[in-house]
Amino acid sequence: MRKIMMVLAALLGAAAPALATVKVVSSVQDFASIADAIGGKRVETFALAKGYQDPHFVDPKPSFVLKLSKADLLIVAGLELEIGYLPPLIDQSRNDKIRPGAIGYLDASTGCDILERPTGTVTRAMGDVHPFGNPHFWLDPENGRVIARAIAAKLTELDPAGAAEYKANLAAFETKLTEGEKRWDAALGSFAGTELVTYHNSWPNFLKHFKLVAAGYIEPKPGIPPSPSHTVEIIDLMKAKKIPVILMEPYFDRKTPDQIAEKTGAKLLVFIPSVGGLPEIKDYFGLFDYDVKLLADALAAAKKGSAQ
Amino acid sequence: MKPVPIGFLFGLWIGAAASALAQDAPAPTPTPAPSPEPPAPVATPAQPPEPPAPVATPASGSAVNPTFFNPAIAVIGNFLASVGHNPVQPSPAFQVEESEISFQAVVDPYARADLFLSFTNDGVEVEEGYVTFLTLPWDMQAKAGKFKVQFGKVNTLHLHVLPWVDEPLPYQNLLFQQQGDTWAAEGISVSKVIELPGDTFSEVYGQVLDNSTGVDLFASPAKGDLTYNGQYRIFRDFGDDHNVEASFSYAYGHNGTSLTNTTNLQNAALVYRWKPLQGKPYRSLIIRSEYFWSNREQLNGLQKAQGFFAGADWQLGRRWFTGIRYEFSDRANDAAERDKGYAATLTFMPSEFSVIRGEFRQRVYAGGIKANEGFLQIQFAIGAHGAHPF
Repeated sequence: MRKIMMVLAALLGAAAPALATVKVVSSVQDFASIADAIGGKRVETFALAKGYQDPHFVDPKPSFVLKLSKADLLIVAGLELEIGYLPPLIDQSRNDKIRPGAIGYLDASTGCDILERPTGTVTRAMGDVHPFGNPHFWLDPENGRVIARAIAAKLTELDPAGAAEYKANLAAFETKLTEGEKRWDAALGSFAGTELVTYHNSWPNFLKHFKLVAAGYIEPKPGIPPSPSHTVEIIDLMKAKKIPVILMEPYFDRKTPDQIAEKTGAKLLVFIPSVGGLPEIKDYFGLFDYDVKLLADALAAAKKGSAQ
Repeated sequence: MKPVPIGFLFGLWIGAAASALAQDAPAPTPTPAPSPEPPAPVATPAQPPEPPAPVATPASGSAVNPTFFNPAIAVIGNFLASVGHNPVQPSPAFQVEESEISFQAVVDPYARADLFLSFTNDGVEVEEGYVTFLTLPWDMQAKAGKFKVQFGKVNTLHLHVLPWVDEPLPYQNLLFQQQGDTWAAEGISVSKVIELPGDTFSEVYGQVLDNSTGVDLFASPAKGDLTYNGQYRIFRDFGDDHNVEASFSYAYGHNGTSLTNTTNLQNAALVYRWKPLQGKPYRSLIIRSEYFWSNREQLNGLQKAQGFFAGADWQLGRRWFTGIRYEFSDRANDAAERDKGYAATLTFMPSEFSVIRGEFRQRVYAGGIKANEGFLQIQFAIGAHGAHPF
């Protein structure tokens, strides 16, 4: 009987998944992906906003309260990206560990290169501006490195027993990131200085890293849908500057971008701003692999076309 | 449903629009400060990225800011114009129906406070003012002060987040609320989240409310005659795109028609939401309905009244919404009298912070009195108003 019990216990033990010691909730899927890479089997992650979703507009669903109530660590972008939905969820979670300033709260923007911090007066006449800077900072892989280090430090603080594993995983992440940067920089390096048009101002960190330039935006102001007059201005601008590519986030209507592309001959690319934006983009490296290849191929085709 | 005068409806819809459903439906919520920086001027190349300026981020807190601990302050204005004749519920041609000023802040590591002042032509009223103790033993949460009673779904929402210009008939007939008001009371509220299988959220509320200053719905001169309210609600996601919320509420208390007469009021609410996260930008659907039962003891005997409304709101585009609503309700103090109504809305949201809504409403009151009315509502929000509960 004892042997049978031992066999059963062994079987059950083998069948059961490794217990997650740290439950991580993040506002965007990119931070969850990095936390997965650093935490490995010691963490269990959940992202509130899916990669294919506009991270500015997330419904504060009660089901998120359940996730937050059990979280050991909450990773946010900060810079008021989540201000429209996260504060009431944290309040309702009844979880003191994840309140701003508590041990289980990590603002991923800390230490990152944050662009476009307004230095003058900010009013909503400027559209939906972020008074503390552009919150799409994870789209610079170097910021990804900063975020990974912050997550590793925070996981070590919360789970000291896993310190060695987090350290090793961070080293592996950074090595892979360095290799990825070489690959991505090489793919886009020859296009440095190229001007692009984007729908929303989601890409300043990406463009800065790859030395590309946003010449204009399809939105006349952040969060404000394109108007006919502004669309005409953008078309004129693109024609004058021979801008070859338009980048558009997957959650906007492509009617106006399609019209602009048709009028200007530019290539419209649905550019993915987060991990999970497409099923094949499964992690932070996959995000850059996808976007960089998409853009490099389009720019190469445009260059080839203009040379002919 | 009786046919609606098409010309009138069309004219109203063309001329107007408005709304935002906040959580339930778009609404002007000044907080959500999406999107990044203003884009560079179109005519010139974008400026090279600026080095980070020494501006304190919310996380850093390194800069000395004397206003750092001040509450978030916001103002929400609600202008309402109406045409048509309604002898039962008359409304002026133009009115600033409500201006709401909110002050919201964390008190200390244990609590937060929310104060909503409502300015109307009748004066200033504390619409809500309460402290919430966020983490109590057994994962409880408690609220003390004046707050919207957790009864039904619409009752918990502020006027500016409703998808209509008015509350449905049962709120007026069975809860005795004026247009633009919902049931709020002083008291204590305790709630607990109970997780059900399948990542299903549920929450139970128990509330004890003072009714010494109440009128009509619950009222009593005796200090010990308190009103009691309880609600149990369940929420579940069905994939990314669908979710359902159901609740049952029960309220009981003295109603002031005699020293001993009481009212018990019940509500069953159901809300279905569809909002695809990918593939169909700017499409969403919310269907909501609530059924009410009122058992009110009066000097002329027990009045057993019922009420109901159902509404659907469909997102037409990025900034456009339309909706319909059906409603009926007996009158709590005379259950033989039943009023009915229909409404259709068209809403335009220039931004998250403003709403323009047109509503055509037909109400047929007991005795056959018919009122066709058109409303134009303009709402705006300024300041740092916090997000509303879902």
